[in-house]
Amino acid sequence: MSDIQEKVFKGGSFITEDVLPEDIITPEDLTDEHEMIAKTTEDFVEGEVLPKMDQLENQQFDYAVDLLKQAGELGLLGVDVPEEYGGLGLDKISSALIAEKFALAGGFSVSYGGHVGIGSLPIVFFGNQQQKQKYLPPLATGEKLAAYALTEPGSGSDALGAKTSAKLNEAGTHYILNGEKQWITNSAFADVFIVYAQIDGDKFTAFIVERDFPGVSTGPEEKKMGLKSSSTRTLILEDTEVPVENVLGEVGRGHIIAFNILNVGRYKLAIGGVGASKRGIELSASYANERKQFNTPIANFSLIQEKLATMATHTYANESAVYRTVGLFEQRMGKLTQEQLNDGSEVAKAIAEYQIECSITKVFGSELMDYVVDEAVQIHGGYGFMQEYEVERMYRDSRVQRIFEGTNEINRLLIPGSLMKKAMKGELPLLQKAQNLQEELMMLMPEEVGTKTLEQEKYLLKNAKKIGLLAAGLAAQKYGEKLKQEQELLANIADIVSEIYNIESAILRTEKAIAKTGEAKNQQKILYTEVYVEEAFNRIEADAKETIIASESGDTLRITLSAMRKLTRHDPTNVIAKKREIAKTILQEEKYTV
Amino acid sequence: MNIFVLMKSTFDTEEKINVRNNKIDEDGAEFIINPYDEYAIEEAIQQRDQHGGEITVVNVGSSDNEKQLRTALAMGADKAVLINTEDDVEAGDAFTTVKILEAFFEEKDVDLILAGNVAIDEATGQVGPRLAQCLDIDYVTTITELRIDGKQVTVEKDVEGDIEVIETSLPVLVTCQQGLNEPRYPSLPGIMKAKKKPLEELEIDDLNIEEEDVQPMTKTIEIFLPPERQAGKVLQGESQEQVAELVQLLQKEAKVF
Repeated sequence: MSDIQEKVFKGGSFITEDVLPEDIITPEDLTDEHEMIAKTTEDFVEGEVLPKMDQLENQQFDYAVDLLKQAGELGLLGVDVPEEYGGLGLDKISSALIAEKFALAGGFSVSYGGHVGIGSLPIVFFGNQQQKQKYLPPLATGEKLAAYALTEPGSGSDALGAKTSAKLNEAGTHYILNGEKQWITNSAFADVFIVYAQIDGDKFTAFIVERDFPGVSTGPEEKKMGLKSSSTRTLILEDTEVPVENVLGEVGRGHIIAFNILNVGRYKLAIGGVGASKRGIELSASYANERKQFNTPIANFSLIQEKLATMATHTYANESAVYRTVGLFEQRMGKLTQEQLNDGSEVAKAIAEYQIECSITKVFGSELMDYVVDEAVQIHGGYGFMQEYEVERMYRDSRVQRIFEGTNEINRLLIPGSLMKKAMKGELPLLQKAQNLQEELMMLMPEEVGTKTLEQEKYLLKNAKKIGLLAAGLAAQKYGEKLKQEQELLANIADIVSEIYNIESAILRTEKAIAKTGEAKNQQKILYTEVYVEEAFNRIEADAKETIIASESGDTLRITLSAMRKLTRHDPTNVIAKKREIAKTILQEEKYTV
Repeated sequence: MNIFVLMKSTFDTEEKINVRNNKIDEDGAEFIINPYDEYAIEEAIQQRDQHGGEITVVNVGSSDNEKQLRTALAMGADKAVLINTEDDVEAGDAFTTVKILEAFFEEKDVDLILAGNVAIDEATGQVGPRLAQCLDIDYVTTITELRIDGKQVTVEKDVEGDIEVIETSLPVLVTCQQGLNEPRYPSLPGIMKAKKKPLEELEIDDLNIEEEDVQPMTKTIEIFLPPERQAGKVLQGESQEQVAELVQLLQKEAKVF
């Protein structure tokens, strides 16, 4: 649908390579069709879903089913399903936009995502032709609804430790499944479940299980902190007979499906975070204009302005990173031939390529959302604590985002872990770069930085990449294989890498926009970028310092820190002044605006 | 049946209105199909699906309005025409629009023209009726029901909350009121199909008219926002005193009698 960049980037290559503005996809690159798809979704959510929010939150799931079917009539369930199987086969940007708009609906958006994402995608990506023909057409229209069953009481983050068992019957026609899957989204009404079980105790395998198969039942509805609109129950399998043709992918290769579907789930979750954050800003800005204390709207207080500006600035960086990631997927997946698309292992490779980017956006998307809804409640004061205000629900709905689709802790550990793997395999020249850097640092002279728009930010980005390499390189040198046990350091490195991705995405997006429509029309973007880069750079500096201090001592430590100081020296930006400017526009428009 | 819909692009209803230099600031504003015109498009689709024929959506405006025309196509209209006046017409009003549309319809074979009851921006409600007058066809405004049987047309018209039933015949122009139907959302397949549907762009030259012919007949003197609402007053004291004070305030401050 969209003509996007020609280059295909390796996952994680932003650490070692320079990327150009025209290389990335930004929200400013949307086609008219993209905008229309987003508008249809927004109108549907605002016009049909939000008016039913009370019933949905009250867990009257017939409303959720009905709304999902309506969404199906509009084509909203078939976006990722190929045309030949009754879907629309649209690009990843379209499905991202839809996910962003659905986020307004809180728990219902999780029902939606549970169906179109983790519920349907395993069959889209890894099903064989017969499975696709049988299951995808009704899933694309909403005639049948799907769910994903991986987690068990004893295996959360350690997904492969699942206990659910599968055993081939004597006739060789069916697998007999036994076990319990916990916290299964859509379980009250789903017709099709993607279930993972161990064949003969050690072959982790995915199955397509229909609700009507004998021995399938669900437990009572869980009582959750948030996302109450979504159904969450235990899926109980008691001698469930699953036909052998319902094995999804290969026997013993279920982890390929599980991990790749999680990857997609991660960036989709980040997109939802962007959507929810925009809503939080909108509600908070209009409330701040309305609410008077001391005879003046609280919007006039600069501490309130500071909150709104920070919320919007983070949203901008996150939105830039997320859509860039979506663009990477679109680019990579869009290049696959029909034959490759039918081959699960090719698809898996394409998805796995961007594991780092997926983890980064998941961690930051969920933490951004948590931050924004927290401040949204704060701006609402005591009213924000009351259920009649939407921010109260948003606050509760947000919390689990840092936990599901891989906890943020697991995702943080995955980031340096994958980078290391790529370095070892020679896919990324990390080691070479780290070595060059050590020599470079010895002779580093302070650089004259220009004063043109974004010049300083680009300089800081360049140095941030060096600081990241320096800190990660030292930690790797000191601990070698044992670095795996130094989780605090790994988390620091993950945060540095993530901030590099975020600031680079924000800078490139702003540059791209300026090239298109000029500086005057992009003032807000420039402000966001300047503020975000300054603050993120300070966080990078702190994380790097802590990492280096834990990895070196004595003279080497002193020399290294002084080398780093050469990289961190810069004219600081007055973020307070800039945030007031940002807030002015937000308060005038009463929404997140770029 | 040859069905035409007159469509205007208006500010999104959620858009904040800022006035700058006696003009409404359109910078960065989102535009939508005028909500009353959505009823017209929906009705056109339902009538076409029932009686057959073709729907052409017509817009007088600028190239930015292409988006709203595409949305109409995505809802289900067959063709769109954009009469682009951005280079030729500096100022315009309902008269201007009607003159241009009159020229457009001169050679057209028309059975049914639908328009919104009013546009939510300037809300003159004039374009529809004036165009019908110029084309010398019947018209009914603010309709809430439309039944067509051959050439016979039965219309229910909203008259300040009452219903008037009117019979007329094709060709006819109607303007659509809330309650006529529930406009559909453009579906995703519809959006993808809309890309391939014809969207013709014309300029007033193509219609053999000049800028002098379409000079507005009205002048905008000033544009201003409604005054901000003042905080309410809570009266104190016994009920009798409060009533007395209220009467006095209504008389002296609010000057209602």
